[in-house]
Amino acid sequence: MTSALPPPLPLPAPHWLLAELTYRCPLHCAFCYNPLHYDAVRQELTTAEWIDVLHQARALGAVQLGLSGGEPLMRDDLVEIVAEARRLGFYINLITSGVGLTENRIAALKRAGLDHIQLSFQDSTRELNDFLSSTRTFALKLKVAKLIKQYDYPMVMNCVLHRYNLPHVGKIIEMALELGAEYLELANTQYYGWAMKNREQLMPTLAQVREAERVVAAYRERIGDRCRLLFVVPDYFEDRPKACMNGWGQVFLGVAPDGVALPCHNARGLPGLDLPNVREQPLAAIWRDSHAFNAYRGDGWMREPCRSCDEKARDLGGCRCQAFMLAGDASAADPVCAKSPHRHEVDRVVVLAAGLARNEQPILFRTDANSRRLKTRT
Amino acid sequence: MTTTPIPANPAISRRFRLQWEATQDSHVLLYPEGMVKLNASAGEILACCDGAHSVDEIVATLEAKFQKAGLRDDIAHFLAYASQQKWIV
Repeated sequence: MTSALPPPLPLPAPHWLLAELTYRCPLHCAFCYNPLHYDAVRQELTTAEWIDVLHQARALGAVQLGLSGGEPLMRDDLVEIVAEARRLGFYINLITSGVGLTENRIAALKRAGLDHIQLSFQDSTRELNDFLSSTRTFALKLKVAKLIKQYDYPMVMNCVLHRYNLPHVGKIIEMALELGAEYLELANTQYYGWAMKNREQLMPTLAQVREAERVVAAYRERIGDRCRLLFVVPDYFEDRPKACMNGWGQVFLGVAPDGVALPCHNARGLPGLDLPNVREQPLAAIWRDSHAFNAYRGDGWMREPCRSCDEKARDLGGCRCQAFMLAGDASAADPVCAKSPHRHEVDRVVVLAAGLARNEQPILFRTDANSRRLKTRT
Repeated sequence: MTTTPIPANPAISRRFRLQWEATQDSHVLLYPEGMVKLNASAGEILACCDGAHSVDEIVATLEAKFQKAGLRDDIAHFLAYASQQKWIV
């Protein structure tokens, strides 16, 4: 006991384990955050390997389990994984597009102990036309939504928002109400992976964002707690960054299909992390000791203007991926912050989006009602 | 201020799961992608909410368990809060 160092702070537990079971997916969403090179990731963890990860994570204190991907229903062993997770005491969230969720499957998942289904919709839009006319996806999702209710799962509906569907946020809310969702996550696109590639096409205008905020606020007042609306203003339109992941290595532990352990969803895109793999190291060592999980833990890594900033405990310097992508340095302040010397990179993109929108036509849904209305006009 | 009525035989809402978490040394309420960590007394009270016992019985159980009288007001106060939060029905 001769050390002059203060005792180390107790290490938090990874309460949220995100198991990205596979990168395989029947959809082709332009806003997907999966890595661009996902197709090269072929060596998916086996059933036994996933179950081992669950055991280790539970021992570390993980309690919420997200089963995601890709499309997790592409895994034939999903029910088996759910059953073991439930035996271990996880609260199990299935994050799905609904494609492949047959009644047999949903019943088997219920028996295995699945707690909750988050159903995404209007996310199969590779382009505007797909978004407008994808009635087959729409019909399928409606059917799945009914099954989710029929089997008495709590239902979170998730819709990724961008310039093309932000004007329809009211319609999206109506749909969630009609389907009986308990929560609606209106998730503004986060610009990583594929979404970053499509950033200029997807970025909304400030006017769109403010109007959507107004619509959401009006609905909140009207519907009370019938359906909880989660709407977070996209980073680019604010002047302070968000506390990404509630702190690096504090709550979140992701495991990619090939066993790579991730301190954040997009850590694969950050340079120099030397991401550990659950095939090579125990999860406890990865969480506690690995370079990757300690790289941005706490605030010792910070530079100016973060290091001396009186708000650093609140936003933790923001998002490391955004700092790397926009400022070229993962240790820099998140350029979303008005105090960042790189804020102009964010402003440039927002201004560009406003210019592109000037001549934009409103989207006209191919509906019977619109069809009738157009007919009477001509 | 309105007070939420307490159900006669309170039960944990099917929208939540009450669970003992050894690593946190506490009861937690789990719901989609979230968790409420309960303090010791909240955990003890909710653990009695099985839908089969009345509030009177819950008070009696806890007063016996902790060998302490006069818990009724605290328990009722918490149950009203839990009901308002929709943790119990």
